[in-house]
Amino acid sequence: MAISTTLYNIFLRRNTTMLATVFVSAFGLQLAFDSGSDKIWNTINKGRQWKDIKQRYMEKPEEEE
Amino acid sequence: MLPAKRLRLHPAQYPWEHVKWHKTFDHASLRRGFQVYREVCASCHSLSRIPYRSLVGNIMTVDEAKAMAEENEYDTEPNDEGEIEKRPGKLSDYLPSPYKNDEAARAGNNGALPPDLSLMIKARHGGANYVFSLLTGYPEEPPAGAVVPEGLNFNPYFPGTGIAMARVLYDDLVEYEDGTKATTSQMAKDVVEFLHWSAEPEMDERKKMGWKVLAVSSVLFALSVWVKRYKWSPIKTRKLVYQPPYAPPPQSRILDKLNEKKL
Repeated sequence: MAISTTLYNIFLRRNTTMLATVFVSAFGLQLAFDSGSDKIWNTINKGRQWKDIKQRYMEKPEEEE
Repeated sequence: MLPAKRLRLHPAQYPWEHVKWHKTFDHASLRRGFQVYREVCASCHSLSRIPYRSLVGNIMTVDEAKAMAEENEYDTEPNDEGEIEKRPGKLSDYLPSPYKNDEAARAGNNGALPPDLSLMIKARHGGANYVFSLLTGYPEEPPAGAVVPEGLNFNPYFPGTGIAMARVLYDDLVEYEDGTKATTSQMAKDVVEFLHWSAEPEMDERKKMGWKVLAVSSVLFALSVWVKRYKWSPIKTRKLVYQPPYAPPPQSRILDKLNEKKL
């Protein structure tokens, strides 16, 4: 209870801090959601994407140089 | 009886891995499919909506794409004298077409126009299944009784069954750099997957966005169910009790009163 009260007093009591909290947490949640879903996608599609196979084709020119 | 123009075999449903909701294209297969396109299909079919830059990061490296673009010449902007010169291709150029225009393409192919393949998977009923069936569906001999006009080939999957394109994919027609055995069906699968990519290069983003929409909207849906139950709880839990305004007199007493009046 004490923690929630302090949190309320710090972040939600005043309109300016509440707005700041809303925007910052929206930004953070979006970042976490997007990178999390990308991570799941990459795990499911492991070995199928270009980034998984490009090593085979990237190394050749380096050897020639 | 179907009119001959619409006579066709429906393609079978193949278990395409990249069509699943959570799968991307097999990019090694895309690379092989582009090789098949370049070595086989490109002699007649254009792929005019694909620039070299879109191959980078999907099918080949920047250096490979640049080298490939430079193999072809493109028109420059008019110079000071208004002359248009030739320059080597850049990443921003589109893949060259085998013919200058449709008329030249018809003239070179016995009057039949090889369609542009950029959006072919989207443009035909059956999509990838249809193109795969068409490429692998040429019989050795047309069946008995089939009428095949002069200059056409028999393919049961093509509407009308008479197609100007002959069978092109034969085993070991191309040599894959990754050692995959180039059977007819392997090449057809690779080129169909490549054409699917060229028709829908945005597929990955679309699928990812779809999953995100489902995730967010399922949370919102659960929330809306909760809010609805919360708001309705007083209405759902209230009790209605019927209280009659007065107790009616028993039947017998009414009859008694009526009898008294008569007396």
